[in-house]
Amino acid sequence: MQIPLEDAAPETTPLRQLLANYAASGRSALLPVLLEAQALYGYITEPVAAEIGRGLGVPLADVHGVIEFYALLYRRPVGRTVVRVCTDPSCALRGADAVLEAACRYAGVELGGMSADGEYSVERSPCLGQCNAGVSVNVTHGRPAQSITYAHVAPDALDDVFAARGRTTGSRYWTYDYVGGDLCIVTPLCGRGQRTNLVEYQAVGGMQALHKALTEMTPADVIAEIKACTLLGRGGAAFPAWLKWDAAAAAPGWPKYFVVNADESEPGTFKDRILLEGDPCRIIEGALIGAYAIGATKIYFYVRGEYPLAIERLHAALAECRAAGYWGENVLGSAFSVEVEVRSGAGAYICGEETALLESIEGKRGFPRVKPPFPVTNGLFGKPTAINNVETLAKVPYIVVHGPAAFRELGTESSTGPKLMCVSGDVVRPGLYEVHFGVTLRTVLEQLAGGVTGDLQAVLLGGAAGSFAVPAQLDVKLTIEDLRAAGLTLGSGAIMVFNTTRDLRDILLRLGRFFAHESCGKCYPCQLGTQRQLELLERVAHAGLLGGDVERLQDVGWTMTDASLCGLGQTAASAVLSAIHHWPALFAAAPGGATPDLKKDV
Amino acid sequence: MPAIHLTIDGAAVSVEAGATLLQAATSAGIAIPTICYHEACTANGLCRLCVVEVKGARLLQPACIAAAADGMEVTTRSARVERARRTILEMLAASVDLSQAPAIQLQMAGYAAQPDRFPGAEERRPPLIDDNPMYIRDYAKCILCWRCVQVCAEDAQYTFALSFDGRGFESQIGTFFDKAMPESTCVFCGQCVGVCPTNALKPRREWLLEEGKTPDEIMQLTRSERRRRRR
Repeated sequence: MQIPLEDAAPETTPLRQLLANYAASGRSALLPVLLEAQALYGYITEPVAAEIGRGLGVPLADVHGVIEFYALLYRRPVGRTVVRVCTDPSCALRGADAVLEAACRYAGVELGGMSADGEYSVERSPCLGQCNAGVSVNVTHGRPAQSITYAHVAPDALDDVFAARGRTTGSRYWTYDYVGGDLCIVTPLCGRGQRTNLVEYQAVGGMQALHKALTEMTPADVIAEIKACTLLGRGGAAFPAWLKWDAAAAAPGWPKYFVVNADESEPGTFKDRILLEGDPCRIIEGALIGAYAIGATKIYFYVRGEYPLAIERLHAALAECRAAGYWGENVLGSAFSVEVEVRSGAGAYICGEETALLESIEGKRGFPRVKPPFPVTNGLFGKPTAINNVETLAKVPYIVVHGPAAFRELGTESSTGPKLMCVSGDVVRPGLYEVHFGVTLRTVLEQLAGGVTGDLQAVLLGGAAGSFAVPAQLDVKLTIEDLRAAGLTLGSGAIMVFNTTRDLRDILLRLGRFFAHESCGKCYPCQLGTQRQLELLERVAHAGLLGGDVERLQDVGWTMTDASLCGLGQTAASAVLSAIHHWPALFAAAPGGATPDLKKDV
Repeated sequence: MPAIHLTIDGAAVSVEAGATLLQAATSAGIAIPTICYHEACTANGLCRLCVVEVKGARLLQPACIAAAADGMEVTTRSARVERARRTILEMLAASVDLSQAPAIQLQMAGYAAQPDRFPGAEERRPPLIDDNPMYIRDYAKCILCWRCVQVCAEDAQYTFALSFDGRGFESQIGTFFDKAMPESTCVFCGQCVGVCPTNALKPRREWLLEEGKTPDEIMQLTRSERRRRRR
């Protein structure tokens, strides 16, 4: 093997410059520095890692542990061009396996390997958030390395992908995200294939809410409005946003932090990407109002590393907002001052879990923390912190301007306001749909998304962490309470549709692979259970079930659900358990064999 | 003066505010099994073997970290609890060499956990690391209780020689870029060996004796090693 140039003697001048820029931040700068160093050198060599540890005051073993945790960080040589092909369910339906195979052939590598000349590496990627426009492929390329995420990739596109070219406006790889629905509250400026700039946002009333909050309302007034409309968190847990804001505002401690969770990584979910790529100013306004409400002096945006375009556009929008006086010292002449920092994730689904995200900002492995204490009292750097999902914050300007009553009208009594649905898979128009809370699944699929292509077999609601609905459940109303009563979950709003030509056992295997790859390994039920579940699902998919395997799947699933430390493990078996419930015959020892006896939950 | 009153398995128990459910149960003579928990280490709720049912809680609660609260009704052995404990032990036995972890073997017997419940399961079997004169690291026996990492860091020694490789099932305890221990920040305090519950970390001489070396041979071996180092 030819040793890549970087391996010999890394030129450390740019690294020293980098460390000088970040030295004051200490350990918290570890992830940004590792990402930037990797962009310079291709991967993190031992001398580079040691220099970073010394420069930031981080024990070397911990630097190592952090590099090892994040999938987008490498401490061994990788190709100068790294191609990552999403093979999660929605992209799989569009031929991801063929793209992956063709990519390996193109590069002349085994999956996960590097070509002999050090040019190419090809990897399997977890969901890249372009489920509406698959097959999605992420490419890092050049020095310093640039990251690009392609949409609509087919095996014949690999010349462009490997050269990292052609992803320009109007090209076949550009994502014109289809954005529709029966409402247009937070998405009017999304799906245009371009970023809405501050002036355009202001032209349709943008930043009026921030003006109103800062000039006419106290922080307590803002929280009262959010409380009055019962805004539920849109990230998946549906936790009332006002409770977080109220508790963080009341908690003793200074400084306080406001964190925007843009680590969207749930397979089937792409709403936060479309919001940030299309209309970042709206999210910034929501976050600024939130920071004002809780008394935060700093806002962190944590955007997943697989969303390079969202990160680029967020930076551009923040620069415009800063120049216009919307953040910094004395915002709009008020006493409110706030700083904003954008952080990139580095390949870890678990960092969407709020406490794991905080650990990641602190420069650590993304292990979820034991709760309580909760972030509202003991959050980032141990200080009071409110952390909200992107879509949640997108609603805030509307609520402040139009009032809680107008917002409540757009939903049901318990599930208030509009909701974004991410529809992908076997439908005529995959896309993002903004709807009233309370429309039925049938309305979304048949009227908004143009209908199912082929005959409907199943819908996976809530992403990998969700559960399956069957055609008989199409008239269920999409609200938190109706879905709960039907034994379903809305989660992040992912709706993945499978027609009768699809093999659900293959889909389950992909979900199993996703969770085994993304488990952080902290608590035993998830660390061991996601691996055991994957092994069992491999037997399910390849029709090699052993006697007792269904019982094993159930015991593993129930144990993960009951005993795991965080939401990842608690939902890692949700889809599998619902599939066993709906289609026991899929789990027969041989195709067409006897349906296994099912154990009852206790 | 005890401030918290709760019931555990139907028995009234009183504890000081701030006590965990594990402490409360122990004070009442009720045994709750644990693996990762160690009195001298920060409890992290990793192994989840100590999970109990708390009335009103949706999920099982880890007794080692869950705080006792007034009026709580706790059940330490229910069908749900036993299923979780049994399955965790079975999944662990399928992954790791527990042959030198008698306490866990006893727990397996107590919960009728079958060590061969998961046929075809991937095992973690990295090669034994014999890279220093003081102790060996046999991570095929490592159950990732984190005790060694914790005592090496803020729980005791502030040496920071240890961290993790990989994540999820592929996690393993490791050093900076896989360095041998003498090249790491390790000060050979031995505390990691002391808290290891499965003999994954073991004094090197003990291991050499088990390998069939006689004390004389070990003396020879270590003497030549000492000489080499002096040179």
